Amino acid sequence: MEFFKIRRVIPFMRHALIFNVISLLTFVAAVFFLAYKGLHFSVEFTGGTLVEVNYRDAAKVETIRETLDKAGLKGEVQNFGSSRDVLIRLPVEKGQSTADLSQKVTALLKAQDVTAEVRRVEFVGPQVGEELAEYGALALLVTAVGIVLYLWLRFEWRFGLAAIIANLHDVVIILGFFALFQWEFSLPVLAAVLAVLGYSVNESVVVFDRVRENFRKMRKATVSEVIDSAITGVISRTIITHGCTQAMVTTMLLFGGPALHYFALALTIGICFGIYSSVLVASPLVMWLGVDRAQFVQAPKKNLTGEENEGAVV
Amino acid sequence: MNRFPPWKYLLIGFMIAAALLYTLPNFFGEAPAVQISSNKTTVKVDTALLTRVEEALKGAQIATTGIVLDLHGARLRFADADTQLKAKDLIEKSINPDAQNPAYVVALNLLSSSPNWLTAVHALPMYLGLDLRGGVHFLLQVDMQAAIVKRLEAFAGDMRTVLREKNLRHAGISREGQTLRLRFRDAATRDQASVVIADLLPVLTLTRRDDGQDQLIVATLKPEALKNEQDLAVKQNIVTLNRRVNQLGVAEPVIQQQGADRIVVQLPGVQDPAKAKDILGRTATLEVRLVDEEAMRSGSSFNVDVFPERKRDGSVSSVPVKKQVLVSGDQFVGATATFDNDQRPAVSVELNEAAGRIMRQATRENLRRLMAIIIIEKGKGEAISVATIQGEFGSRFQITGSFTPTETSDLSLLIRAGSLAAPMEIIEERTVGPSLGKENIEKGFNATRWGFVAIVLFMSAYYTLFGVFSSIALGVNLLFLVALLSLLQATLTLPGIAAIALTLGMAIDANVLINERIREEVRGGQSPQAAIAAGYERAWGTILDSNVTTLIAGLSLLIFGSGPVRGFAVVHCLGILTSIFSSVVVSRAIVNLAYGHRRKVARLAIGNTGWK
Repeated sequence: MEFFKIRRVIPFMRHALIFNVISLLTFVAAVFFLAYKGLHFSVEFTGGTLVEVNYRDAAKVETIRETLDKAGLKGEVQNFGSSRDVLIRLPVEKGQSTADLSQKVTALLKAQDVTAEVRRVEFVGPQVGEELAEYGALALLVTAVGIVLYLWLRFEWRFGLAAIIANLHDVVIILGFFALFQWEFSLPVLAAVLAVLGYSVNESVVVFDRVRENFRKMRKATVSEVIDSAITGVISRTIITHGCTQAMVTTMLLFGGPALHYFALALTIGICFGIYSSVLVASPLVMWLGVDRAQFVQAPKKNLTGEENEGAVV
Repeated sequence: MNRFPPWKYLLIGFMIAAALLYTLPNFFGEAPAVQISSNKTTVKVDTALLTRVEEALKGAQIATTGIVLDLHGARLRFADADTQLKAKDLIEKSINPDAQNPAYVVALNLLSSSPNWLTAVHALPMYLGLDLRGGVHFLLQVDMQAAIVKRLEAFAGDMRTVLREKNLRHAGISREGQTLRLRFRDAATRDQASVVIADLLPVLTLTRRDDGQDQLIVATLKPEALKNEQDLAVKQNIVTLNRRVNQLGVAEPVIQQQGADRIVVQLPGVQDPAKAKDILGRTATLEVRLVDEEAMRSGSSFNVDVFPERKRDGSVSSVPVKKQVLVSGDQFVGATATFDNDQRPAVSVELNEAAGRIMRQATRENLRRLMAIIIIEKGKGEAISVATIQGEFGSRFQITGSFTPTETSDLSLLIRAGSLAAPMEIIEERTVGPSLGKENIEKGFNATRWGFVAIVLFMSAYYTLFGVFSSIALGVNLLFLVALLSLLQATLTLPGIAAIALTLGMAIDANVLINERIREEVRGGQSPQAAIAAGYERAWGTILDSNVTTLIAGLSLLIFGSGPVRGFAVVHCLGILTSIFSSVVVSRAIVNLAYGHRRKVARLAIGNTGWK
């Protein structure tokens, strides 16, 4: 079997500007939604109580809401996964002894319907939530800096910078989707976002590796020709790899249940935009940042020793 | 060129065999078990106890399917959950004759049903997190401020005693925030007092001051003493929590310090989180103080603490008590619910020696005066008993009040479980019901299974024989990962299962890179053997680079993540490491075995490479 019989080099760089404009527009849209709608943070970040209740028959969301209202609890009630499961979110309230809140809710629901079974309770105090948000941001920063440093050592600062710009913009786009659709942003989603960052940088690395190799092989080609041939060379691998990863993520989306739903969703968006940005955004960025053959082809003196230049310097 | 030396094949074979061994326990499932552990330092779970238990079980004709005795106690396996419950009740009755004061903790547990020889080589099933097996997780914040205040109040009491003994008159000792202020009428007395106090309490920094009216000593805790106090407070709370958890009868509880002032409590398999929270969350401490009868008459609240008292008829009055705490909760060594001479519910308590001495002195000096027992729960104090001191007593006495029998049994449990050095507040709670845990495991593994099948089918169809090799390598990767997780006993959570799936999906990248490269080399005119060698060699640099960048993200998640994120990161990082090895070394070994020893290879079974 063979999907891609690409016999000619595809002139990706001719359309570089268009790719970047598209990606800039998506980025701006994402920032707009983030600013305008904001993220719908889970209780892990905001603090509050979350109770998941399972009923034998379809749950009556309206009645549950009324019961809670009557007891003076301002909560958000919605179905979760199936019609028999209900998720109740209660914000942190001052003066309210939060530790007992879940018990209060449980007692109320049990009184209303004996088949109510509490499946999960999560309570997070506000101070913990703040810390989590802080650490999340810190993790993002450390990852970004670490990746730039590694690529700088392994390739050239231009590659590191281009990769991180392209991939951080993926992160923003994922967040933009979560803001636009008001999907719940929880800790597993944060993990997914960071995993995507590592994963799509890996994509850029594969292309960059080929660019470096082609600079050495194609002595007469221009920079854009080198990049074009590099992308063409790896495009088949790119699509197959992402196809496989996406297959895994799709099964997670299908079989993983509500607990993994948003995690898998974040990965899906990340993978789709990751292909685009790491190939079609990072490469032009490298070109515009002024990458040049001279940066990779070592001085002739070294070639005399007969050493392979493969693998370069660490 | 495509041959490994024999030791390499052997090494890979050995690693796969070891991985199989350590993965094995995961397939045996779990059997219901009863766990017996010691509740006191003086009693031990030993063979003598086991013989007693076995005899009791034999008498009731309950069969065990296995007994394990180790440092943590004994575990008895049973055929089904029904027998397990029956056995638990029986064991409880036979080894804990005094239910009020149990010597052993008897708890329900699940035990791996893998054979003993596997357990002997430390091959254990993966350690499942609370979200997979069900249970309760609490994060408790220790109120350090309160711990310090409590300590300072105790120091103030010591100062009063020592100044009285040395006949140094003071004009009042008061606490303001985290400092103590001692007032004196003249500088000479103050200076003498300062020397005496510095001698008695070297942990305090004393500064002398003159506020125009009085001569003052301002005492604060030295920084190192402050830190010491905080450490001690957390440590003592952990000890207390341990004792309380033991009362609950939980198998394998986790109670650990997290950061400077937090404590994590994890109780796997607890079915009733409300009860657990009630026992743990009750930050009750008991104090014995003298009632300030002068203030009671005058109604003044100067230099006294006022607590409400619930009377038998339901009315509430307020009781002013002296600031000095005679005995506090950590000095109680025993408590049982009983009835007093008038057949009213009472709690009979026992104090440690030091507190007994203080009690004896206080009761001797204050005969016919009022003494109050105060319980402080969630920051609010209540006088549970106010009684006239009828005679001198020491370390054993009874507390009577308007109690019901249930209240006295609760109270004795609380006193026995020890008091907390500082109050705590639950700042995070996660409860997962056992049914949800099972469902999570099922869903997680289903997702992984079908994703794996999809990748194997695709790879085999697309790269034919090389695809099969890649799939085998991916299977080996999964095997290594599960073996490593079992060996390290890292906690597997639902995000962890997701990480397994994701890592597999990403690990195939290396093999795709290699296979594409080999195809390219073949198309470029290389001989099959040379193409294999070149394909693996050229792809290696790329594989390394791309995995290192992924690992950077994984590591920063591991460092900064907590809870579910950490569970994800651990598996993700381990998975990256195993995937580099299996996709490069293991798959190469398979390819070498298949092609390397052939003299002549006409073409490689790696799909269509015919076009140019």
